[in-house]
Amino acid sequence: MSSDPRFGLRRHVTLPGPLALDSGASLSPVEIGYETYGTLNEDASNAVLICHALTGDQHVASDHPITGKPGWWTRMIGPGKPIDPARHFIICSNVIGSCMGSSGPATIDPATGEPFGMAFPVITIRDMVRAQAMLLDHLGIRRLQAVVGGSMGGMQALSWPATFPTRVGAVVVIASTSRHSAQNIAYHEVGRQAIMADPKWRGGDYYAANDPPSAGLAVARMAAHITYLSEAGLTEKFGRRFQAREGGEAGAKSFGFDADFQVESYLRHQGLSFSDRFDANSYLYITRALDYFDLAEEHGGMLAGAFRDTQARFCVVSFDSDWLYPTRESRTIVKALNAAGRHVSFVELSSPFGHDAFLLDSPELNRVIDGFLRTGG
Amino acid sequence: MTELRPDLAVIARNVAAGSRILDIGCGDGALMAVLRDEHGVDARGLEIDPDNVAAAVSRGLSVVQGDADTDLADYPDQSFDYAILSQTLQTSTRPRVVLDDLLRIGRRAFVSFPNFAHWRVRLSLLWGGRMPVTRLLPERWYDTPNIHHVTIDDFRALLGERGITVEKSWFLSGDKQTGSAAANLFAEHAVFLLSR
Repeated sequence: MSSDPRFGLRRHVTLPGPLALDSGASLSPVEIGYETYGTLNEDASNAVLICHALTGDQHVASDHPITGKPGWWTRMIGPGKPIDPARHFIICSNVIGSCMGSSGPATIDPATGEPFGMAFPVITIRDMVRAQAMLLDHLGIRRLQAVVGGSMGGMQALSWPATFPTRVGAVVVIASTSRHSAQNIAYHEVGRQAIMADPKWRGGDYYAANDPPSAGLAVARMAAHITYLSEAGLTEKFGRRFQAREGGEAGAKSFGFDADFQVESYLRHQGLSFSDRFDANSYLYITRALDYFDLAEEHGGMLAGAFRDTQARFCVVSFDSDWLYPTRESRTIVKALNAAGRHVSFVELSSPFGHDAFLLDSPELNRVIDGFLRTGG
Repeated sequence: MTELRPDLAVIARNVAAGSRILDIGCGDGALMAVLRDEHGVDARGLEIDPDNVAAAVSRGLSVVQGDADTDLADYPDQSFDYAILSQTLQTSTRPRVVLDDLLRIGRRAFVSFPNFAHWRVRLSLLWGGRMPVTRLLPERWYDTPNIHHVTIDDFRALLGERGITVEKSWFLSGDKQTGSAAANLFAEHAVFLLSR
């Protein structure tokens, strides 16, 4: 198996498609960047799909090719972790619409020979899941032992049993929601407008000039980043402390508009480093997919209807300081799962770190996921 | 087999194999684990304490963090063979509503509670003049989660008022069963199997 070119780090495949999209458009071919860890067992029954969040990618437990940083979820995935390549065959693929090897606005449109830009079809969370299913077909995996995701990854995880009821045995949904709220959409619209207001955006057609709307994308990231943290977390980390000046001079009010406060400096850094590694158009497309997400709407307005045909077990986890997707959103999911008679576990964990808590060190989260995944099929 | 609390052992012995149960206030899932592993029961749990929920989920049980006082409404009618409420009735803010919910969600219900009319409790109040602190009721009045103390006779009266049938009952003193007639005086613990 190890010599199979389909398996390993930094894989890329061009599938013929077509992939029929919720918008009515279709995508062909379908490019997918992905990674696998561990060994697929004899009966292909140990596959675990990891779904990434808005700005995540397939490098879940390997160094990022651009930033060189370790994988984004090495706390959950790796030797001795709840999801362990010694036991599991782990797959993580870049969602379509993104910019790390999967089809997205920066991909060349075969019809024109130019990057799609805004001609890329608008995609949904369910479309991302359908693309993942195509990848699984390519890898020879009929059924997942589990699908696991946090935030937008949790939405994909929820969409899996709703879209492919018999193809998944267990579903882990962390810090997520079954639909985007007005507030969620509002924050995303701020980000999109920041990108589109940047003159360098040029209607999305900025690839040839090699001069992307980095300033707009950075502002979008700054606004979104605030929603990933908690007020208590920001206060603890920065308070009202001033940023030290270059040369080591103590910080003070400049009576100007430099980044006087540490929190300003931090956000500016977050924005800039993000625009180095992410495509602004992808940010538009993926936030759109998130805003369109309403799993109940896809099932006649009844969320329980999404889970009627699956026998999968579910584990739902929220964090008490997460105000982006607060605990009540997880409870809505749990209520629907109960109404559908599904096996569901739910726990609200305590953390001061807001939405980002799912990516941070949380022994309780690991304990819950480990126990959940070790049970049943 | 892990050693179950005596009231839970009674329930475990009397749940039909292969049935579907909801354990409300399931703690760390001790009863659910025994029912699942030794009786082939399809067990679900509801528990208010997040540490207990994490412990139960990490042993592979399906447990939802929630409050019996507010979250039972989310469960569909007659979706379980048994609803189990062990040592939780006396902690709920609306025991009558919880009792009705039990028999709405489950076709039958097990309810267990510490008997506040046990002679030791009576003596403690009579001679000491202080709220009783006993082996089964170890907390002082300001610490106890038990906000609705109940006696066996009180509970029987409530069942009568609500038209609830007692299919079976067990009365425990320590881990030994005691007679039904003088249970209100001699039982530390009661377990009822109820239906409508």
